[in-house]
Amino acid sequence: MRVNFTVNGRQQEADDVWEGESLLYVLRERLGLPGSKNACEQGECGSCTVRLDGVPVCSCLVAAGQVEGRDVVTVEGLAEFSKQREEHGHGGACGTGGGCGSKGVSLDAAKQWQAHGPNSELRSRAGDSQTGEGVELSNIQQAFIDAGAVQCGFCTPGLLIQADALLEENSSPSDQDIREALSGNLCRCTGYEKILDAVRLAAARQSEAV
Amino acid sequence: MDFLRPASWEEALAAKAEYPSAVPIAGGTDVMVEINFDHRRPEYLLDLNRIGLLREWEVGEDVVRLGASVPYTQIMENLRTELPGLALASHTVASPQIRNRGGVGGNLGCASPAGDSHPALLAAGAEVEVESVRGSRLIPIDEFYTGVKRNALAADELIKTVHVKKADGPQQYSKVGSRNAMVIAVCAFGLALHPETRTVRTGIGSAAPTPIRAKAAEEFLNAALEEGGFWESGKVITPSIAKQFGDLASGAANPIDDVRGTAKYRRHAVGIMARRQLIWTWEQYRGTGNGRSLEGAA
Repeated sequence: MRVNFTVNGRQQEADDVWEGESLLYVLRERLGLPGSKNACEQGECGSCTVRLDGVPVCSCLVAAGQVEGRDVVTVEGLAEFSKQREEHGHGGACGTGGGCGSKGVSLDAAKQWQAHGPNSELRSRAGDSQTGEGVELSNIQQAFIDAGAVQCGFCTPGLLIQADALLEENSSPSDQDIREALSGNLCRCTGYEKILDAVRLAAARQSEAV
Repeated sequence: MDFLRPASWEEALAAKAEYPSAVPIAGGTDVMVEINFDHRRPEYLLDLNRIGLLREWEVGEDVVRLGASVPYTQIMENLRTELPGLALASHTVASPQIRNRGGVGGNLGCASPAGDSHPALLAAGAEVEVESVRGSRLIPIDEFYTGVKRNALAADELIKTVHVKKADGPQQYSKVGSRNAMVIAVCAFGLALHPETRTVRTGIGSAAPTPIRAKAAEEFLNAALEEGGFWESGKVITPSIAKQFGDLASGAANPIDDVRGTAKYRRHAVGIMARRQLIWTWEQYRGTGNGRSLEGAA
C-alpha cells in the first residue's frame, strides 16, 4: 500500500508498504531517515520515539497505515522543529493532527513552518558533530553534547525527542519529573546521570532565554 | 494482509461484520509487538485511529463513558477525580510513550490477566459497551473476562465505550513489579470504597487465569464494617479486620509460578496490598489526611 504523511514538515510518500509494517520501518528503510533507532521493536526501549501529531510515541508500535495524513517529527527534524517553536510559539509543528490541538497551535503557524521547507539534515551540514559548533541544534541537542550525555549514541535520538517534549510541557521539571518522562527510554552506557544533567542544563538554558 | 481504515464507527462495524477475523488496532501497543515478532499474521488489520468517538469521554451523573481508545495519559490528566483507581492504574502502564497510545479498550480486547486497568475496573464497577451491526450491548465487567486472553466479545463485535462508575469514595491501586516503569505486573490489586451503598469492591490482576474480584474478602469486609458501625462512626479499622481482609484476598488469588514471580509470592503480595489499601482508603474516608496520596504513585 501507499502511505502519505508529513515528516519533519515535508509531505512524503512511501510506496510498497507492507500492511503490517511499522512507522519506524517506513522512516528508516523507505524514507532513508535512520535517526530513529530500531532496537527492541516492542516499545520497551524508546529509541524509536518520534512525535506523532505532536505526541511522543514509539514508532515501532505505530502501524504504517495509521499515519496516513498525519504529522511526524523525527530527530532529523528536531532542530528545525524546536526553532520553529521558539519563533512561532508553542508546538509549531503540531497543527495538522488532533493530538496537539488543545495546545492552541494556529494553522498559520503550522503552514509557515512547513513552507520553510526545513528538514535540517545534520549529517549534511559542515559543522562539528562533536561540539555542535557550526551546526544548528536544538537546545536539548546542544545540552546533550555539553553535558557529555552521549556515549554510543544509540538511545540518544529517542531521548532527545522525549526530553524535548518534556521541556515543552514543563519548563522547570523536577528530577522526579525528568526520571518519569524518560522512564521509557533505556540507555545501556551512561548510567543516566549525564542524561539527567543534560535535561537540567537544557531546562536552565531555556528559562534563561525567556 | 489487508489494512482496513474505516472513517467512521459505522464503517468499522460493517468491516468487522464482513471480516470477523480482522484484528482491531488502535494504540498498537500490543498488536504491533505481536506483528513485529511474527507471533501473529492477521489477515486483516482494522485501524480504529480515524474514529474520533473512541477517543472521547463523557462525565455523566453516575458514570464516566470512556471511549475505548482514550489514551492512558488522558485518563491520568483528566479523570483523576472521577476515576481515581483507574487513573492510578493508568500511571503504572509501561512508559509515557506507551501511555500516549494505549487505552482501556486495548487492555479489554487483549484480556491479558496482567492488564493494568482490569483491577481498577473491577473495583470501581464497570460495564463494557460493545457493538456490532446487529446492535449494541453492555457487558458487566465481572462477566467480561472469560479465560486467559479471552473475553466475552463475539467475532463481529467491537469495544466502543467503557462505562465506569464515578468514584463515590476513596479508591486505591497498586502493582508489584521489579521497577516503576516498563514492567508487566507480577500481581496487582485495586480497592474501591463505595460509601453510598456501604460496600467495597476489589480487583486482582496477574494472580489468576483472568482478572478477578476477591469476593469472599469483599463479603467479609462489608459485613464487618456494617456490624461494627464503621461507616457511620468513621472509626479506625481494627488490625484484625484488616488482616482478615488481606488473608481472604490472598486466598482468592489462584496464581501460577512463572518468570515474573512464584505463585506463593503472588498470593502473599496480594494479601499485603489488600491490607494496606484498606488502611489507606479507610484513612482517606475518615478524612484524617493519613491516606496515601493519589498523586504520582506510579
